[in-house]
Amino acid sequence: MDNREAMNGLLASLVARSICGFARLLTGARALWKGCAPAAVQRIYFGNHASHGDFVLIWASLPLDLRTRTRPVAGGDYWETSRLRRWLIHDVFGGVVIDRVRKEGGQNPVAQMVEALDGGDSLILFPEGTRNVGDEPLLPFKAGIFHVAEAKPEVELVPVWIENLNRVMPKGEFVPVPLLCTLTFGEPLKLVPGEDRAAFLERARTALLDLCPPRG
Amino acid sequence: MLNSHPPQLLTLFAGVFGVLAFASVVGWLLRWKVGRPNATVDNLIARVNAWWVMVLVLGIAFAFGKPGVVVLFGLVSFLALREFVSLAYTRRGDHWALMLVFFVFLPLQYVLIGIDWYGLYSILIPVYAFLVLPILAALSSDTTRFFERSAKVQFALMICVYCISYVPALMTLRLPGFEGGNILLVAWLVLVVQSSDVLQYVWGKLTGKRKIAPELSPSKTIEGFVGGVASATLLGALLHWLTPFAPWQAAAIALVVCLMGFFGGLVMSAMKRDRGVKDWGTMIEGHGGILDRLDSVIFAAPIYFHIVRYWWEP
Repeated sequence: MDNREAMNGLLASLVARSICGFARLLTGARALWKGCAPAAVQRIYFGNHASHGDFVLIWASLPLDLRTRTRPVAGGDYWETSRLRRWLIHDVFGGVVIDRVRKEGGQNPVAQMVEALDGGDSLILFPEGTRNVGDEPLLPFKAGIFHVAEAKPEVELVPVWIENLNRVMPKGEFVPVPLLCTLTFGEPLKLVPGEDRAAFLERARTALLDLCPPRG
Repeated sequence: MLNSHPPQLLTLFAGVFGVLAFASVVGWLLRWKVGRPNATVDNLIARVNAWWVMVLVLGIAFAFGKPGVVVLFGLVSFLALREFVSLAYTRRGDHWALMLVFFVFLPLQYVLIGIDWYGLYSILIPVYAFLVLPILAALSSDTTRFFERSAKVQFALMICVYCISYVPALMTLRLPGFEGGNILLVAWLVLVVQSSDVLQYVWGKLTGKRKIAPELSPSKTIEGFVGGVASATLLGALLHWLTPFAPWQAAAIALVVCLMGFFGGLVMSAMKRDRGVKDWGTMIEGHGGILDRLDSVIFAAPIYFHIVRYWWEP
């Protein structure tokens, strides 16, 4: 049994590295650390969500030592639906799988994220809650990120704008088109004492939107 | 492998290595003389270092003959296309058209050149792709900025695949008395056009005052343009022993490709300004993207090919 677990771990890390390598090769992913450096600080990286590849690209842009301590927050309604997906999200990516729709007796997503942070890991989070397929650059944020920041005010929140990935693989398509993607890491922000939910969500959303290059 | 190559090729590469070595020494001397970090000197050294890499890559491809040149420029087309489309505005409705561009038209164009099917590779993109791509985009029923989007996809394919593919297409020409020498046509074109770029840069840095098109490119001056094109034309004439051309013919063709190269740079600059970027990409240290380095070759290669094909192929 131990042997099998070791094999599984080896395979998982091999698959993780291949996926990261493939994603970087395909998209020529370029990470611009504008507002902070890739340092071993506990953080929540929050980005715009346009494709299933989003967290893979953020994850792949982190140096290996940070990557192993950074867990993507993913929706169970997508990732728990087949054995392969379940294996990928749990064993390969080490994801925190949450219920996007609260179910009777289900786990509290905020509690799950706080638990992961208590364990010392960083998180990758998409506060829009769902993939954005419209013309708006960024949807309104869900409240989860506020509750997590409230529970763990010492953790840095780093906005990450992902440019072009929505064009590499739009929702509903399964063959990616190789386009260059850029990830811009902005200045970390924290919850200010006394800041209310709406003000914080607006501030975080603006910080992310500020990293978006002009469109046209 | 190398002994099947025309002997002039080795002489040429030896000469290019000599020039690059000289440029590297100049770079080090400048750095030593200036003493502290200087943006222009650092950029010069980065550019020269990138040239070493590019010449080595070209040399390796040349060593494999026609397959090497076809594969190299196929990859170059891919990288150029990726840079171009990344900066162009497209929508979800263009996904299928883009898939076809990357995975069908690009490889097919180079396969057709590889098997020497002139009748199809010369019309594949201007005829078939031109008509099929907007059909696919229309089928997605997204009409937002449709005209602009189809134009951009088409232009990307023409610039990054069709025009670039004329460089390896030179390998398919059959010139009487010049059998086995086609690689020299490629070497001469790349050398003359790229020298023109470099010489324009050098003349501009040394004597440049009056800007040609300040709103397009701040570094292009009349002095740089005239000095660069004139000296590159002279270089082309001096290198006529690489080609089937007489010296005066080599000079005339060199002038045409240098002018096309210059205007290519201007057009591609206008496009960059339109998109609000300084460089097409970041692939080549000191130069920018691959399109920043190739804009002149892109505009020169098709004209050069057709001049040679019309007057030298029976």
